[in-house]
Amino acid sequence: MFVRLAALAALALPLLMPQPARAQAKELLLFNWSNYTSPALLKRFEAETGIKVTLDTYDTNEGMLAKLQAGGAGYDIVVPTGPTLKGMIRDGLVQKIDTTSLPNGKNIRAPFDNPDFDPGRAYSAPYMWGTTGIAYDPAPLNGGKLTDSWKEILEPRPEYAGKLAMLADMGEVYYAAAFYLGFDGCTDKAEEGQKILDLLTKQKPQVKLYSASGTIDRMASGETLMHHMWNGSYHRAQVKKPGLLYIYPREGVNLWGDNFAVAKGAPHLESAKAFINFMLDPKNAAEASNYTGYNNAVTGSDQYLNDSLRNDPAVNMPADMVSRLRPTRECSRASLDLREKIWTRLQR
Amino acid sequence: MTAVWRRAALLAPSLGWIAAFLVLPLCLMAYVSTLARGPMGGVDWNHHTADAYVQFLFERDLMDRLVVNTDYLRIFGRSFALAGGTTVLTLLIGFPTAIWMAFQPPSRRLLLVFIITVPFWTNILVRNYAWILLLRTGGLIDTLLRASGLSNEPFSILYTPLATGIGLTYSFLPYMVLPIYVSLEKIDRRLVEAAFDLGASRWAAFRRVILPLAMPGVMGGAILVFVPGLGAFISPELLGGAKSMMIGSLIQQQFGQSRNWPFGAALAFVLFALVLLALGAHQLRYRREAR
Repeated sequence: MFVRLAALAALALPLLMPQPARAQAKELLLFNWSNYTSPALLKRFEAETGIKVTLDTYDTNEGMLAKLQAGGAGYDIVVPTGPTLKGMIRDGLVQKIDTTSLPNGKNIRAPFDNPDFDPGRAYSAPYMWGTTGIAYDPAPLNGGKLTDSWKEILEPRPEYAGKLAMLADMGEVYYAAAFYLGFDGCTDKAEEGQKILDLLTKQKPQVKLYSASGTIDRMASGETLMHHMWNGSYHRAQVKKPGLLYIYPREGVNLWGDNFAVAKGAPHLESAKAFINFMLDPKNAAEASNYTGYNNAVTGSDQYLNDSLRNDPAVNMPADMVSRLRPTRECSRASLDLREKIWTRLQR
Repeated sequence: MTAVWRRAALLAPSLGWIAAFLVLPLCLMAYVSTLARGPMGGVDWNHHTADAYVQFLFERDLMDRLVVNTDYLRIFGRSFALAGGTTVLTLLIGFPTAIWMAFQPPSRRLLLVFIITVPFWTNILVRNYAWILLLRTGGLIDTLLRASGLSNEPFSILYTPLATGIGLTYSFLPYMVLPIYVSLEKIDRRLVEAAFDLGASRWAAFRRVILPLAMPGVMGGAILVFVPGLGAFISPELLGGAKSMMIGSLIQQQFGQSRNWPFGAALAFVLFALVLLALGAHQLRYRREAR
């Protein structure tokens, strides 16, 4: 009996010892989009700083928000898209870090240094930015090309019918349909919503699946010939299967940017700042881009980019495409409700 | 007195467990479903409303009138149909399997039970991804069909309701086989012999002796397949291509993209109530029959 008690006491001893008044543990809990963090870069960060990183991933801003709001997850860094970040700042879900005061803070390239969702970058640092367009395999066209319109995926030609996929992201699907019909991406008008629903309902039988993950493999393996796709994913698919093309539809293209932000009550604030500073280094930012296939917002990173990335018009956007960009905005509650109703009705 | 205390002390851990991890969360869920939604998700703890339940059946039209909305009923209906179909399919495959297993020599039965449980070693998500690799165009089945010359057409059943059915039946089969096997294994073999001695044909012996004795297992298996089948959303999403919503994905959507926690809680609660009603009705009938 005594022996057992002694053993128990020995086991419990470390728990009872007073915690030394030391700096925060050299750890970092990173909550980032799936397939969006270079493992090699994380390893180097760990080696250079001695901070151990645990990576957890999500597929949608809303999924990340829900987990953060539920509490107890203990994440240090999250990577919200602009409008989501704006709401998080308003609701006090992230904390001020004065990014420009970090050693590498000066590296943020204009206009990313002063976005409307976080003026002066008080709360965040830019990570990757990109566009949502259409990727396709031109093989069935026998040397032809598709026009630069959302029509090609929303009202597909017979060659692509049943062989195309849409992102399972209600925002992206809604924007695509709204832009094609000439509506505002944040429309809350019922009549316009009805037209969007009619268009998407008519398109649905031609859609093979709705999915926002596994897009790269689906295009590379030829499982789908056309995909509603993020440009960086397109870039990586095109590396695996040369010949794939990317369209910036003329009716409007969603331009989004993801940002590092530190969750309120993050257990490892210093590690988080060290990580953000690390990611704003031009060489590291370029390495992140080379992995994700998306462009970054760090001055001086261009020289470290892979040639394939620098020469891909889907990533390194031609100047004449700028007018087609529609930066993601924070839509009104009414617009979000309408969007959700349409999405549910589409899949009922 | 001490006996009573001892019994209370022995029961306390399990009762406490059930209270803390079943009853309490259910109460919380029911409570959340009566609250107003927060602006960025979450809930407003100070405002009570029946909105979430109204939303299940009605919507506001352009004139702000309440009109019946069948979207959610359809999604519920689809999930019930799918869960029912899965139950029938697993029963059709599982029942003969269980009989065959139960009538093997005892030494081999253990091995067979072990084999049935092997799929549980792998996460259900991984197993569904494995089906994608098998079923997709250019996948294993497609390649084999074409190489053997049986078909020249590309094999494409992935992202169809058929693929969802395959995935669900596969996932839930062990839950049907095991309870039936357990109830059959306990059957006194002499009862079957007696039936033959009394002149029963093989079919009559099956129908009038084995089947009634296996019924508790069949019912148990059906409940184990049907109820989780209602909430299944991994197979419909991965194998069905997320083209038609299920209750599971609808509820998940409320807590995720839609940020409507009260409605999500209300949906979960309606589902819970329906299942409870169904099980209650079954229990009642069963007890009456037993009497």
